[in-house]
Amino acid sequence: MTDFTLWDIVRNLLLAGRWTVVLSLIAFTGGAVVGLVLTLARMGGLWPVRWLIRLYVDLFQGTPLLMQLFLAYFGAAVLGFDVSAWTAASVALTLFTSAFLCDIWRGCVEAVPSGQWQAARVLGLNYLQSMRHVILPQALRLAVPPTVGFSVQVIKGTALASVIGFVELTKAGTMLNNAAFAPFTIFALVALGYFILCYPLSRYARHLEKKLYGAGIR
Amino acid sequence: MTLDFSTLLPYTDAILEGLVTTVWLTVVTTVAGIALAIVVAYARDGSREGPSGIVSRLLGAYVEVIRNTPFIVQLFFLFFGLPALGVSISATVAALLAMILNLGAYTAEILRAGIDSTLKGQHEAARALGLSRLQSFRHVVLMPAFSRVYPSLISQCIIVMLGSAVVSQISVFDLTYAANFIQSRNFRGFEVYLVVTLIYLLLAVGLRLAFEFVGRRLFAFRQGGSS
Amino acid sequence: MALVSVKDLHKSFGELEVLKGIDLEIEAGEVVSIIGRSGSGKSTLLRCLNQLEQHDWGTIHLADQRLDGTAMSPGELSQNVGMVFQSFNLFPHKTVIENVMLAPLVVKQTPREEARRIAEAVLAKVGMSEKVDAYPAQLSGGQQQRVAIARALAMNPKVLLCDEVTSALDPELVGEVLRVLEDLAREGMTLILVTHEMKFARDVSDRVVFMHQGRIHESGDPQTLFTRPRTPELNQFIASVL
Ligand SMILES: Nc1ncnc2c1ncn2[C@@H]1O[C@H](COP(=O)(O)OP(=O)(O)O)[C@@H](O)[C@H]1O
Ligand SMILES: [Mg+2]
Repeated sequence: MTDFTLWDIVRNLLLAGRWTVVLSLIAFTGGAVVGLVLTLARMGGLWPVRWLIRLYVDLFQGTPLLMQLFLAYFGAAVLGFDVSAWTAASVALTLFTSAFLCDIWRGCVEAVPSGQWQAARVLGLNYLQSMRHVILPQALRLAVPPTVGFSVQVIKGTALASVIGFVELTKAGTMLNNAAFAPFTIFALVALGYFILCYPLSRYARHLEKKLYGAGIR
Repeated sequence: MTLDFSTLLPYTDAILEGLVTTVWLTVVTTVAGIALAIVVAYARDGSREGPSGIVSRLLGAYVEVIRNTPFIVQLFFLFFGLPALGVSISATVAALLAMILNLGAYTAEILRAGIDSTLKGQHEAARALGLSRLQSFRHVVLMPAFSRVYPSLISQCIIVMLGSAVVSQISVFDLTYAANFIQSRNFRGFEVYLVVTLIYLLLAVGLRLAFEFVGRRLFAFRQGGSS
Repeated sequence: MALVSVKDLHKSFGELEVLKGIDLEIEAGEVVSIIGRSGSGKSTLLRCLNQLEQHDWGTIHLADQRLDGTAMSPGELSQNVGMVFQSFNLFPHKTVIENVMLAPLVVKQTPREEARRIAEAVLAKVGMSEKVDAYPAQLSGGQQQRVAIARALAMNPKVLLCDEVTSALDPELVGEVLRVLEDLAREGMTLILVTHEMKFARDVSDRVVFMHQGRIHESGDPQTLFTRPRTPELNQFIASVL
């Protein structure tokens, strides 16, 4: 057993923590893009499209993220690719995020009172105009707090990439623990790292929600 | 490369064993986690004004820490960290503890939203009738609060069940552990994980149906006629 | 001594002084209507009477017992003072009879059969015997309010407080609730009612109290008060509600 100072541990965790942040950003950005396309397709599309997207959402929400990661990792091999843990984690987390965001955003569009549609239509706006000028701006306001809130789930989700060998904060913790054997300190620090990333986002989401609620929407 | 599921057949026993573990972990967690949440919600709700503000703060911290850290880290902390403090703990106990603490924190928060929303009038009526705070909580506030947040509660229990896949990482022989085990023998990772993922999906559907079945009986009072 | 005796009652919410020295004596069997503009402190007065709000200054005596913070337990208090709310506040997860039986069972620890007997009796009194096993959501507003009255009566209180109990009701349902209150008045129940039903206040009460800006501005027997108001404020108020 080598001697590790507290600073050694912290430094290594910080270095690995960068990859947690990067992976979170990739998953969230990718998930938002895919999720947006899915949301729009789901709202305007024909029933088979809507049905397929719903199935997609249910599949991702009804199965463990860990399994999704395993499937991305081993599924690529079946298709003949040899993918890195990086790629598998990015793809799985992006799809996972897109499914949840699609569900959240659909809820926001549906939460805009139907009277708004009617008011827009009697003013002579067509479907797209109603959507663009009346419905989406309101839905967007509703969507911000839960979307910020969900980013916390994405960050926490990246911890599972450690299981397929991606070295981020959690994996660095287990590796350090194997070498330094100070589990209590190390995992407390790992938890602290996630807390520092997630807690401000949670607070912000709650703040936004209160503001929205205070504005009398809902 | 083609898919071949036949190599899974010799391992049905392993899958069954894992399935049983996942199911019982989920059932125990659901019951104990909801019980924990009720206690936390009651203590937090009451101690806000009272002299025991410190209790409320501590419970608030517990809820926030759980909600803002990954389950897998909570699990490692309990399983590897506690023995380092001299508290030895088996993998199964660590898994159960982590799951219960996790569900308890989320459910306490869900429940609090249900209590806050519109139950003030009924709580006042109970107080005017002479019920103590605990009596009011138990007889008057709890059931309507649960019925109001029941959909969120169902989702949360499903999330915890799906999240329990992670306990395989501390060698609890659950469904995911079975999958890893089979994969390491037959090297058919994709097929194994596909089948096990489908089993999880069925479990999620089953859990939801069970909850809805119970909910229909528990919350029959909501189906009013005229109003 | 009077059944209810309020002396120099003060109550503030933060900076806002809502009750600015209320003196009020109510005899057993009396029916007193409290009228006044919204915000004049009527509800706050009632809520102080059963300690849903703690007053800041002054005294409240109930049947010769002082009622201050810890002097009377909530259980004792509820056997002296019953309250009916504007918004019914029935317990939605309990049937009609369970709503009525709850407080006798858990507060008074009445045996179940007796609690049921009491509940059936008070429900009969408010004309709700047919609906004992219905849930609140299955009842009309008027029926819910009658159950809420029965629920308060089940504790056999000495005085019943009613805070705008008909304000949340559709006009056609107001009558059935007022009739129940009228019956109670005739039976000698002590009633303190905050109400906007001026005809009811005039016909049923022994005394009307007009509150204005946290004070009792004028009070007296209904005939005199309504036909010959002494202050311009009451005059204006009467003109505005008739
Ligand atoms: N819990 C409270 N906190 C702060 N202000 C209150 C509270 N309850 C009542 N008030 C204020 O006290 C005043 C009197 O209210 P209330 O007694 O309800 O009047 P009324 O029943 O005559 O309409 C109002 O201005 C009201 O806004
Ligand atoms: Mg009022």
